[in-house]
Amino acid sequence: MSYFSNIYNGIKTLLTGMSVTGKYFLNSRKGVITQQYPDNRATLKMFDRFRGEVIMPHDENNEHACTGCQKCEIACPNGTIEIIWDRGIDEYTGKKRKKIDKFVYHLSLCTMCGLCIDVCPTDAIEWGQNFENSVYDRTALTRVLNKPNSKLRAGIED
Amino acid sequence: MNVVLSITKNIHNWLYSMMPEWSAHLLEMILIAIVYLGIFAIAGLFLVLMERRVAAWFQLRIGPNRVGFQGLLQTIADALKLVSKELTGTTRADKFLYNLAPYFVIISALMALGLIPFTKDFQAFDINIGIFFLIAVSSVGVIGILLGGWASNNKYSLIGAMRSGVQTISYELSIGLSLLTMVLLTGSLQLSQIVEVQKEGWLIVQGHIPAVIAFMIYMIAGTAETNRAPFDMVEAESELGAGFHTEYSGMKFAYFFLAEFINMFLIAAIATTVFFGAWLSPFGITESLPWMGLFWFLLKTFLLVFLMMWFRWTFPRLRIDQLLTLEWKYLLPINLVNIVIMALIVWQKLTIQI
Repeated sequence: MSYFSNIYNGIKTLLTGMSVTGKYFLNSRKGVITQQYPDNRATLKMFDRFRGEVIMPHDENNEHACTGCQKCEIACPNGTIEIIWDRGIDEYTGKKRKKIDKFVYHLSLCTMCGLCIDVCPTDAIEWGQNFENSVYDRTALTRVLNKPNSKLRAGIED
Repeated sequence: MNVVLSITKNIHNWLYSMMPEWSAHLLEMILIAIVYLGIFAIAGLFLVLMERRVAAWFQLRIGPNRVGFQGLLQTIADALKLVSKELTGTTRADKFLYNLAPYFVIISALMALGLIPFTKDFQAFDINIGIFFLIAVSSVGVIGILLGGWASNNKYSLIGAMRSGVQTISYELSIGLSLLTMVLLTGSLQLSQIVEVQKEGWLIVQGHIPAVIAFMIYMIAGTAETNRAPFDMVEAESELGAGFHTEYSGMKFAYFFLAEFINMFLIAAIATTVFFGAWLSPFGITESLPWMGLFWFLLKTFLLVFLMMWFRWTFPRLRIDQLLTLEWKYLLPINLVNIVIMALIVWQKLTIQI
């Protein structure tokens, strides 16, 4: 008798499947996932874990969190990050210590592996959401991440 | 009143007054052929667009909406692109059969299209063995597929073509028997006669339970007949490249592609004619407006086409052995029993007449 129960179950499961896809079809207006990219450029928001480029956030006093430890430079597998540093007087303690001069980031070499961000002890660099990186000249892809005249935020080294 | 038909009558009279009878006759046939080619092309292109939009909606996408209003010109742009493509082929292909194959497929589809009663009097060829002719012609199309696969000199094409042979020969039986079930009710194979019978209620209502079973079997077998998913063993992108038309390019490929969609339209149109009263309106609400028949016919047909698209985007594909099991162990026995039930119902006059 499994012959008839097979037919019954077959029809039942097929109808279940059709009701599921039918619901998706009817709700396709609301749930549409396609981004019509150049049209919605103003409102487009990338998702949280999107890896666009490495950025260094600065606060309102033009201060960043990079101590110039160079761990990111060592971690980078293809030499994307270059830190040009110097020694200078620390204004909080008055001691002589390492300071970054330029945090150079070559976007054209970057594979977005994220090792630099994982390894950073002070969370000075993180993922940016920008992905429109086409330029006419390759040199425009070499960026200095720390802003001019920026300095280390107080209390980072403790 | 009947604007379209009076135009054709006027053209008919004008042609016969202009020239001798034989040439007028010939010219008229050519004109009708051109009209049907136009219907063929427009319907095919529209169905491709519809397939893409419906598929997109099932997958929560948008689908083509850039070329023309809501993408209406997208498939025309695609067709123009295909026209401009080079026609390539394999080196040791059988050139004659290779070039012949697309025309088999497309001509068989076109021949079947001539029989469809779009509305009252809008039917090119009202032959008295209508259903029989439709079944016969639609199985000629598989010869084109077999030829294309054989002549391509490609293993995948050959496997695809052979699968198509197996599949179509098996499922022809179900199509034929399920239509035969309905012919028991109408008592005629002529399509206009079948429509006439349905003025007392569509056949799916008249025949109630066995008619519904026959309709389900017809839709399953019809989907298999057009080689669409879940029965796309013939094209099977994941296994065979593109199946029998792997080696075809440009317009020859487009012929296969269009013929596939026209076949889908034909299967739906036959189902509309036989089960859902062709151009008859539901409960006769627009009986006084004959041209509304076209609207009702197309509405029902496209609903059935949508049903087939729904199948495609819901059901998982079958293996070739499951395909044959479904046909020979399930559909065929059910169909045979169904014919007996229908015969008993017709004999005992248990049909529902409105």
